[in-house]
Amino acid sequence: MSHEVVEKNIGLMAVLIVLVISVAGLVEIVPLFFLKSTTEPVEGLKPYTALQLEGRDIYIREGCYLCHSQMIRPFRAETERYGHYSVAGEFVYDHPFQWGSKRTGPDLARVGGRYSDEWHRVHLNNPRDVVPESIMPAFPWLNEQTIDASLTPSKLKAMRTLGVPYSDAQIAAASSAVEGKTEMDALVAYLQNLGTVLSSRR
Amino acid sequence: MNPEFVFSSDFWNWWIITLTLANILACWWLISWSSKKRPGEAASGAVTGHKWDGNLEEYNNPLPRWWLWLFYLTLVFALVYLALYPGLGKIPGILGWTPQKQYEREIASANATYGPLFAKFAQTPIPSLSKDPQAVKVGQRLFVNYCAGCHGSDAQGNPGFPNLTDNDWLYGGSAEAIETTILDGRSGVMPPWGAALGAKGVDQVSAYVRELSGQEADGAQAAAGKTLFASYCAACHGANGSGNQALGAPNLSDRIWLYGGSPSTLRETITKGRSGHMPAHRDFLGKDKVHVLAAYIYSLSGR
Repeated sequence: MSHEVVEKNIGLMAVLIVLVISVAGLVEIVPLFFLKSTTEPVEGLKPYTALQLEGRDIYIREGCYLCHSQMIRPFRAETERYGHYSVAGEFVYDHPFQWGSKRTGPDLARVGGRYSDEWHRVHLNNPRDVVPESIMPAFPWLNEQTIDASLTPSKLKAMRTLGVPYSDAQIAAASSAVEGKTEMDALVAYLQNLGTVLSSRR
Repeated sequence: MNPEFVFSSDFWNWWIITLTLANILACWWLISWSSKKRPGEAASGAVTGHKWDGNLEEYNNPLPRWWLWLFYLTLVFALVYLALYPGLGKIPGILGWTPQKQYEREIASANATYGPLFAKFAQTPIPSLSKDPQAVKVGQRLFVNYCAGCHGSDAQGNPGFPNLTDNDWLYGGSAEAIETTILDGRSGVMPPWGAALGAKGVDQVSAYVRELSGQEADGAQAAAGKTLFASYCAACHGANGSGNQALGAPNLSDRIWLYGGSPSTLRETITKGRSGHMPAHRDFLGKDKVHVLAAYIYSLSGR
């Protein structure tokens, strides 16, 4: 087969291009679905509660991931500041994971328990109230809007379809768990849970 | 074996090895095949016969040798890399490198550098450590990293988060109290009194608290508030409102406020209650760092 044949048959060329660029994916991505350290939860990992899951949705809606990563790399400079480096098994119930790719603000992978609930409320309402140097936007509407509890069970069901082990009882109780809660309550519940499964320093 | 490389089936191990090596071999073949001269091809240095825009022609010159060899070099590099580092399935590579090991080496070398320094600090009691400029400088760096989010980078606090530079302490300003606060955290809870006192009662108590702290207040309201204060508030804040460091109940007779001393803030505090929480840092920072931090904070109140 000469070069000319490939150049003059666009269909053949497309097939060959697909073959070439899929090698990397076949080698680097596909086996991850069968690797125990990426598919099995770390010990003690629990699926998000209904309120935390609603909080995660607020996190995504407000675009927190655009400025905050949730992924501590195994470097001393990171573990000194944030705690134990992240491991794949911590994220198996995250669909989609919130690793992010940019840190305008600090990493949040282990923000759970680092601040009080009250701090988060004050800070989300207006970050400058506690950190004068902050450039984070304020999110005052989170205090005013309540969670639509009627949608929560279907969110848990969707997660179960993706492999998160929610029980029928958890799904049945989901609406009452978030009834009357504000978006602020949900987001704070989500943040306070982040990274707490590996609690030790390193 | 590295636990990172445990597959659900050994098939995936061979899948990676086979595809990776086959890919490298295929690249090798492609480069040597395409650099060979073909029958019927124009001679080197002659034009190919293609013509564009009437007068643009192309020479059939071979790829410069150095360039061709660069291609082969990248393939050699790949093979050497795969021999040294993990890459081929679960083969760990000759160097036995893993990101975890690299991280542990980094930590070990940092501990070798800073360990003796922190060990020396740990031997020194906080009051004398707070006069050591080096320790205070290290403590200040730690403070800005771990504490400034709530207490501010100048340690002067924020509404609800105490100022650490004054001499007013919720849980005590002794070296031991500061160290305990950082290690184990604190939780201060003031229950809501709105229901028990009613709106009128809340107004009266807040007037009395304003009077206690020497601020302007309605005398009659304050007098009524005094009785309510004795039965509802004195248990924690003391009969004269001077607070109780065992409970973290603030002194109400000074002009230092955690949440604010204006009539509206006082009414809000009394009606809804407050809960302050300082997280524990024992596991996160470790004792040695907390010791240095405590010395820094001890140095701030200007003793």
